Amino acid sequence: MAEFLMPSLGADMEFGTVLQWLVKPGDAVKRGDIVAVVDTEKATIEVEIFQTGVIQKIVVAEGEKVPVGTLLAVLSVNGETAAAPAEAKPKAAAVATPKPVAPLPPPHVVAKPPTPKPAVAHLHISPLAMRVALDLKVDLAAVRGTGPDGAITKADVERAAKAAQAQAPPQARPAAPAPVAAATKPAVAPIDHHAAMRKVIAAAMSRSKREIPHYYLGTQIDTSKAMAWLTAENLKRPVTERLLYSVMLIKAVALAIKEVPEMNGFWIDGAFKRSDAVHVGVAISIRQGGLIAPAIHDVEKKSLSEIMVSLRDLVKRVRAGVLRSSEIADATITVTSLGEQGVETVFGVIYPPQVALVGFGKIVERPWASGGMVGARQVVMASLSGDHRASDGHRGGLFLAAIDRLLQEPEKL
Amino acid sequence: MSADEIKALYLRELHKIAPEVDLNEIDPAIDLRDQIDLDSMDILNLAVAIHEATGIDIPEADYPQMTTVQGCIAYLGSRAS
Repeated sequence: MAEFLMPSLGADMEFGTVLQWLVKPGDAVKRGDIVAVVDTEKATIEVEIFQTGVIQKIVVAEGEKVPVGTLLAVLSVNGETAAAPAEAKPKAAAVATPKPVAPLPPPHVVAKPPTPKPAVAHLHISPLAMRVALDLKVDLAAVRGTGPDGAITKADVERAAKAAQAQAPPQARPAAPAPVAAATKPAVAPIDHHAAMRKVIAAAMSRSKREIPHYYLGTQIDTSKAMAWLTAENLKRPVTERLLYSVMLIKAVALAIKEVPEMNGFWIDGAFKRSDAVHVGVAISIRQGGLIAPAIHDVEKKSLSEIMVSLRDLVKRVRAGVLRSSEIADATITVTSLGEQGVETVFGVIYPPQVALVGFGKIVERPWASGGMVGARQVVMASLSGDHRASDGHRGGLFLAAIDRLLQEPEKL
Repeated sequence: MSADEIKALYLRELHKIAPEVDLNEIDPAIDLRDQIDLDSMDILNLAVAIHEATGIDIPEADYPQMTTVQGCIAYLGSRAS
């Protein structure tokens, strides 16, 4: 028998709520399969399983909030006979918080997914709307969807919450005064998650500044060659295969790690643990506020096109509110690119237990002297926030220099 | 494709990209980057989605024309005819 536990999806997570099970007892699963959708304070996460086997018993029901490490399900592995699935340890479920006042009905009330794998996409409700429904304690069965193909949208849920509040006597719904007040401004309504995410970011960033002795370096990089190459390359490509310039930056960072490996890994228990794999966390802003930095795996082995596919997929899912557990937990270095918002320089805060963060500002046209001549060039400010316990400024400088050099030969990225 | 079909397609894809936005609240004349904070990745995803639905390949140079609901409908109307 093997246990499937509530995973820790980042240093700052304490609890998770099981939004949805994508498997049932008797289902065969293999390593990497998405078996459940879990809501944390930062995002809705599709949780992957790390064992191959057959699900024997689901221990924690949909809608329950439990601490990290709680037994969620039991599975049999390696051809164990499917013995007595009814027999399992129920004690872990006891730590669950009480059911909400108006419990969220299981999502399959709305639309039962035909197959377990991509179930989230098949539901007629967006993950974001599902989260809001959980926050506002809205009965989804009673919500009429006005989105494409009758999908239930966030606005629908908020309208339903407002209507329910108008009908019910105040003492019947004691749990949701703040969110309902927020629901009166549908387009920009801040929800409970907002405050929760701020809290999570506050905890991680406070820990970073408390524990990590940051050093900061910055250098201007001429990206004219890289940008010219990108424009020419995109002209050749159909719209589905075009690249964004941030993909080149991410790849250059991953390749530079080969030269300065002490930027890549974790500071754990008083020592630096270098990572051989390069999983680049990409800081992605969430439009309602907040940000999250999920990882693109094995960047150094991927082509620009492959990184682009991963990045596009990640951004889409961050904005839709659904990420996978492995993407949240295991970035080995982070890249932030605030250029779109217009700033020229960013000195980031390292995400513990990582030891480095590379920042890129906006690309601007600047006078640039080279070989005794002055010309106009496309310039970006690259910065490094480094953990002084794991590396020194000298090595950090070599790291930024390597990124610069790699960007001068974009065709080799 | 009729203007109504183009609009429906555009709004459907926009909903996928920005599910938190109430589409009824969008001003069709205002740049979506200012209005609902879309970035270059969102605009690219919109171009890809429209390409996949209609077969129209939108060159990078024309992305700026897709940043308002109004502008995009006009642009796609001219490309589709």
